[in-house]
Amino acid sequence: MKLLEVTDLTVTLATSSGDAQAVRNLSFNLGHGEILGIAGESGSGKTMTALSLLGLLPYKGRAEGSVLFDGREILTCTKKEYRNLRGKDIAMIFQDPMTSLHPMLTIETQLTEHLRYHRKVDKESARQSALKLLDTVKIPDPAAALRAHPIQFSGGMRQRIAIAMALACEPKLLIADEPTTALDVTVQAGILKLLHQLRDERNLSIMIITHDLGVLSSLTDRIMIMYAGSEVESGKTSDLLMNPRHPYTNGLISALPGASKDGKVLTSIKGMPPELGNFASGCAFHPRCAFAEKSCSDSVPLALQISDTHRIFCPINPLKKSVDIGV
Amino acid sequence: MKSPRVKRKKNSNSIWRQPLAIVGIAIIVIWFILAIFAPWIAPYDPLSQAGDKFVTPSAAHWMGTDELNRDILSRVIYGARISLPYALLLVILSAILGSVIGGISGYFGGKVDSVLMRVTDMFFAFPGIVLAMAVAAALGPQIRNAVIAVTIVAWPVYARLVRSLILNAKQNDYVTASSLLGSSSIRTLFVDLRPNISGPVFVLAALEVGNALLLLSGLSFLGLGAQPPSAEWGSMVSMGAANFDRWWVGLFPGLAILTAVLGFNFIGDTLRDALDPRTAKALRN
Amino acid sequence: MKPASDRRFSSRKIFSGAGFVPFIVRRLLTSILLIFGITLIAFSITQLVPGDPVAANLGQSAYSDPAIVAAFKKQFGLDQPVYIQYIKYASHLVKGDMGISLSSKRPVTTDLKEYFPATLEIALIAIFFALFIGILLGTISAITRDRLPDQIIRVFSLTGVSMPVFWTALTAFYVFFFLLGWAPGSGRLEPGADPPPHKTGLYTVDALLNGDFSTFKQAFAHLLLPALVLAVYAVGVLTRFTRASVLEILGNDYVRSARAKGLPEFTVIRRHVLRPALLSIITVAGVAFSSLLAGSVLVENVFSWPGLGQYAYRAAVGLDLPGIMGVSMVVATIYILMNLIVDVLYRVIDPQMRDLK
Repeated sequence: MKLLEVTDLTVTLATSSGDAQAVRNLSFNLGHGEILGIAGESGSGKTMTALSLLGLLPYKGRAEGSVLFDGREILTCTKKEYRNLRGKDIAMIFQDPMTSLHPMLTIETQLTEHLRYHRKVDKESARQSALKLLDTVKIPDPAAALRAHPIQFSGGMRQRIAIAMALACEPKLLIADEPTTALDVTVQAGILKLLHQLRDERNLSIMIITHDLGVLSSLTDRIMIMYAGSEVESGKTSDLLMNPRHPYTNGLISALPGASKDGKVLTSIKGMPPELGNFASGCAFHPRCAFAEKSCSDSVPLALQISDTHRIFCPINPLKKSVDIGV
Repeated sequence: MKSPRVKRKKNSNSIWRQPLAIVGIAIIVIWFILAIFAPWIAPYDPLSQAGDKFVTPSAAHWMGTDELNRDILSRVIYGARISLPYALLLVILSAILGSVIGGISGYFGGKVDSVLMRVTDMFFAFPGIVLAMAVAAALGPQIRNAVIAVTIVAWPVYARLVRSLILNAKQNDYVTASSLLGSSSIRTLFVDLRPNISGPVFVLAALEVGNALLLLSGLSFLGLGAQPPSAEWGSMVSMGAANFDRWWVGLFPGLAILTAVLGFNFIGDTLRDALDPRTAKALRN
Repeated sequence: MKPASDRRFSSRKIFSGAGFVPFIVRRLLTSILLIFGITLIAFSITQLVPGDPVAANLGQSAYSDPAIVAAFKKQFGLDQPVYIQYIKYASHLVKGDMGISLSSKRPVTTDLKEYFPATLEIALIAIFFALFIGILLGTISAITRDRLPDQIIRVFSLTGVSMPVFWTALTAFYVFFFLLGWAPGSGRLEPGADPPPHKTGLYTVDALLNGDFSTFKQAFAHLLLPALVLAVYAVGVLTRFTRASVLEILGNDYVRSARAKGLPEFTVIRRHVLRPALLSIITVAGVAFSSLLAGSVLVENVFSWPGLGQYAYRAAVGLDLPGIMGVSMVVATIYILMNLIVDVLYRVIDPQMRDLK
C-alpha cells in the first residue's frame, strides 16, 4: 500500500470574483521513502494541493475528492483530527525561511512546542530531542542556537531549522514547498543534499514542490508536472526529463539553462500562465501550445499511458515521432 | 506560492453591497432631510416658549419639553442644521490645512519635512480638547470660534497621512517617469499624485466627521460652543445634565449626536476596508 | 560540506551591542525638545488669539479701576512683552516651576499635584478595562472574520466610538445612580468623608496603604462608573485596532507554519499571533491613555470629579495661561513617555526590531 493516494482532488477557492478551482481532478500517489517532485509555473495549483493535504487551505477554500494517507481517508477529517495529523504524521516546510519562522520566539520554543503537544513529553526531554534535531540538520553549536531567535541566522540556516522543526515528531511525509527558491544556489545544494540524506536515513517520504525542474533532477524519484490545476505529465525522473512527451513539459525543459541540446525539439512557451479562475476550456494549455488542434479546446484530455510509469494528458501526443527518432 | 495580487473589482467591493454602509448612508440622508426641511417637519418653533416646562414625552410632545417650555423634538430637528454643517465645515478646513502641510512636507522633503513633521508631532502630543477649550474661551464662546479652535488641533492626522502617501507615491515609477518627461514639480504634485491621495484623504475625512461632531458638541456641552438659545445638540444635553432627573431633556439630543456620528462612522469604516491594506494601515495609526 | 556563507550565526545580547544606551539617550533628548516645542506652540496659540485674562478673572468691572488692572497684570507678568513672558516661563519650567495659576492664585504644580491623581485613578482603571475587553473582542472578531460574531462586535465597537462621552456619562449616572441606586453619587468620596492621608493622591491606593478598607471600598465605588464611561471610547478603538492587527498577523507565513505543526488554535493565537500583535496594540493603548486624560474633561464635568479635566476647564475659561500650559505639559509628557516606553518595549520584545534599527 502506498503512503499517500490522492484521487480526483479538486480544490475550490473563493476569490473576489467568485469561486474558482485551483486544483482540478488531480490523482497521484507517493510510496514509502519515495521522493516525488511536483513542478509547474506559479498559479498551477501545486501549493494548494499541498495545503489541502494538511487541511490548511486559505480562508473559504475547500477540497473534494479522496486523499488516503496510510490507508485512511483524511479529506473528511475534523479540525481536531487534522491537528493530530499535522506536524505529527505530515509535516511541511515553506518557501521563505525568512518569514516562515516566528521572529519573536526562540528556536527552542519553535522546535519543541509541537513535540510537547503531540508527544506529551516534558520540557527537558523535548530539549534533548531539539538538540539532536539541530545536529541532524547540521546547525553548529546547537545549544547556543536553541536560545537564539531566527533573525540571528542566515537564510540557509533558517531553512535547516525549519526542516528540523518539521522532523521533530518524526513524520512519515514531509511536504517541502519551494524549499530552496529563496536561497543562494550554493546554499540550495546543501539543503537538497540534506533532504536526500533524510530520506535515506529515515525512509521519509518527501513531496517537493517547485517551479525549478533543475532542483528536481538530482533529488526526486518521480516528477509530476502541473498546469492550471491539473496534471499534464508524470513519470520517473529520468524518463520525464530525458523523454518529455507533453508539449508543456518539453517547453519547461527547453527553458532550462543549457538544456537545448541537439536532437531536441525546441518549443518555446509563448504567453503567460493563466490566472486563477481564467483557465481555458478543454486542455487548459491549448492557447499556448504550438501543436494545438481544434479538438484541444473541446474536451478535457484523458490520461495517455506512455509506459507503466509514464503518462501524459494530451491525446495528440505530438512529440512521439521526434522522440522515437531521437532514441 | 504567493496569491496573485487581486485587483479591486468595482462590483465586488462596492459600498452598496455592505449593509453597514447602507445603514450609515440612510442615517445621514435622513438627518440631512430633517435639517433641510426642518421648518416643515418640526411640529413647533424650536425657540417658542409657549406651553409648559418639563412636559414628559407624550402625543403632543414626542420628546417632551425642556426647562424653558420648548419642544425638544423640534429642537433636535433644528439642531441638525447647526451640528451637521459645522462638523462638515470643520472637517473640510482641517483636511485642507493638513493636506497642504503634509503635501509640502512630503514633496519637498529634507529640512522642510523634518521641521514640519516635528511640529506635527508636537500637535499630536498636545491634548487637543484642552487647547480647543483655551482657544474657544479666548475667542469667545461661539460655534464659529469652536470650529476654528478644533481645526487648529485636528489637522495633524491629515498632514501625516498625506505626507506618507506622497512618500509612497514618490517611489512609484510613474512619478519618476513624469519627472523624466520634464513636467514641473507642482504639476507632478497636483496632476499625477492627486488621484492617489484624494481617495485616502476622503476616507479619513469621512472617519473624522464623527469625531468633529463629538468635539464640537463637547465644547458646546461645556458652554464653549453654541450659545443659548440656539438648538445645538451638545448644549441641549448640558441642559439635561443640569436637570438630570428629567431624563428626556438630555436623552434625545444625545441620541441625535450618537446616530449622526454612528452614520458617518459606518460609512467611513466601510470605505476604509475598501481601500488597499497598506493605505488602510496608514489610516489606522 | 556546507559552504561558509551558510554558517553565519550572530549572538547578540539585548542591551549591548545593538546601541541600546545611545538609543535611549537620543530618544530622551528628542522628548525634552518636543516638550519645549509644545510649550512654544501653546504659548504662541494662546497669544495669537485675542483674549482678556483680566476681564476673565476679575470681571469687566475691574476696568473701572486701572490700578487693580495694573496690579493684576504685574502680579502675573502680563505687562511684559510676549517673548519675555515666554523666556521667563521656560526658564522657570526648567527648574520645575510652572508659574502661578491665574484662576486659583496658587502655584500650578501644587494644583496639578492635587488634581492629576484623581484623573490618573479613573484613567488607569479605564485603560486596563479597555485593553482587556478590546483585546478579547478584537481577537474574537478577527478569528470569526466576516461571520456573525465579527459583525456584531463591529457594530458594538463602532457604537463605542460614536457615543458622545458627556451624554454617556449623564445617562449612566441617571440609570445607575438615580434609577437603580447601584452607584454612589458624584465626587471621589461621600460628602463629608475624610480623604485618606496623602501619599500617592490615588484614594484607593492611599486607603490601602493606610489599612483603611472601608475608605478603599468607598473610593473604588465612586470611581468605577466614571472610569467605565471613560473607557467606552477606548474599548471601541482598541477592539477595532486589535482586529486589524490580528488579521494582519494571521496572514503571516509563520502563523501558517505554526498551524502546520498541528498546534491547537488557541496556542497558535495566544503564542504566535497575540504576542506580536500586542506590541502595536500597546502602542495604540499608550496613545489612547493620554487622550483619556484629556478626554476626562467631559466625564469629570458630569460626575463632579475634581480632576485634571475640571482644572483644565476652569483654566481655559479663565484664560489662565499657566494653568492651561500646566495641564498640557502633563498630558504631553505622558504621551511622550508612553511613546518612549513603547519604543523601548519594542526593542526588548522584538528581536527583529532590535537588530534592524
